[in-house]
Amino acid sequence: MTSVDVDSTIEVSFTINGDAFEADIEPRRSLSDVIREDVGLTGTHLGCEHGVCGACTILVDGEPARSCLMLGVHADGCSLTTIEGLANGDELHPIQQAMHEAHGFQCAFCAPGFLMSTLALLAENPSPTRDQIREELSGNLCRCTGYEPIINGVETAVRLMNGEGSKS
Amino acid sequence: MKNPAFVYHQPDSLDEALALLAKHGDDAKVLAGGQSLLPTMALRLGPPEHLIDIGQLPGLDQISVANDGGLTIRALVRHGAAERSDDVARHAPLVHQAMPHIGHRAIRTRGTVVGSIAHADPAAEMPAVVLATAAKMVARSVDGEREIAAEEFFDSYLTTALRANELLTEVKFPPWSVESSGAVVEVSRRHGDYALVGLACRMNISGGLISDAALAFFGVASAPVRVVEAEAALVGSSPDSETFGRAAAIVKAALSPTADIHGSSNYRKHLAGVLTRRGLEAATSKIGVPA
Repeated sequence: MTSVDVDSTIEVSFTINGDAFEADIEPRRSLSDVIREDVGLTGTHLGCEHGVCGACTILVDGEPARSCLMLGVHADGCSLTTIEGLANGDELHPIQQAMHEAHGFQCAFCAPGFLMSTLALLAENPSPTRDQIREELSGNLCRCTGYEPIINGVETAVRLMNGEGSKS
Repeated sequence: MKNPAFVYHQPDSLDEALALLAKHGDDAKVLAGGQSLLPTMALRLGPPEHLIDIGQLPGLDQISVANDGGLTIRALVRHGAAERSDDVARHAPLVHQAMPHIGHRAIRTRGTVVGSIAHADPAAEMPAVVLATAAKMVARSVDGEREIAAEEFFDSYLTTALRANELLTEVKFPPWSVESSGAVVEVSRRHGDYALVGLACRMNISGGLISDAALAFFGVASAPVRVVEAEAALVGSSPDSETFGRAAAIVKAALSPTADIHGSSNYRKHLAGVLTRRGLEAATSKIGVPA
């Protein structure tokens, strides 16, 4: 059994975007803070920090999860993927390329969460209907676009990833 | 919002978890999936001094079917696993129907079915499903194990019959009858939000007549509620729109929902009537059992 007092730490190790990471972490700290402050990857954005906005969505062992609703210590032994894991060097991931072409976002604060949710959706269902896209992205909030351009972006991503080119 | 400070415990066994609960009971909270508890803590709504994290405990993530067809869901079964389980779809089809309504995909990855029941948010789906199916809650403590019937489990807002030293280890759903049908329907402001009003309903139809009915509403009071007067009015009638309309009228008269900024009491009453008809109409198609 592990029991630690307030302000004490637990040793945690995980992989993030393929790289190993190890640190001593206070249990009260959220995984999202650990990713931003300890790992130093600030692409994961924090909007509400209580599970409503979806901006902090990452993949944990391949499944989408809110990193603000996990403690850092919960990531021990897990494989994490964040927005930084999408592009291959300067080459955008097809989902990023598609959002760019479809002008999916305006301010793009919410983009990391939408992109990770889209990644999870397309891994499971490579040809979702527009309704399925809406359903799957319903846990991500955007205050700029009214969502239509984002959904268009996902549809563009589906075409790109199925090798159909980007123009409809 | 950042979490308040707490003493953190990661027990390696159920016995260790129960010993911790026996010691810290009133000052402790049990953390499973964390999708309700962590936001509650972040908002400083009665943060615990001790957090007992059972997330890593072995052997608590099973869904099992008993010989009689009853289905047991243990404490660490995630919503996503229940949603994808064929056993749940066949033997506890109301649980299966409830899953898509619960939060969003990313929430269902982490949140647990049993945690949602223990958390007992009156606007959540699972407590009403437990009530509509007459499931039994299995509570363990250092003193032993006891079963708590659904109608005795939910006391009030976020309050259950669980004692401070007890852990909800599993929930047992009784065998789903081949004569049973049911539905989970709700109206919420946005998809995935807690319901303004929702209904988990179950009907048995035999020889063309309704032989048993359960109507469990959520989002209308400080705990999920069954409307027994409307259930009694359904029994012995044929499952048609006239019968459902009569039940809806009884539901509207029986409930006095609480109002909040999202809806007045009268609006929620209206929704309860609409959902009664909608739920019962959906429940005329069979769900569950035969494979």
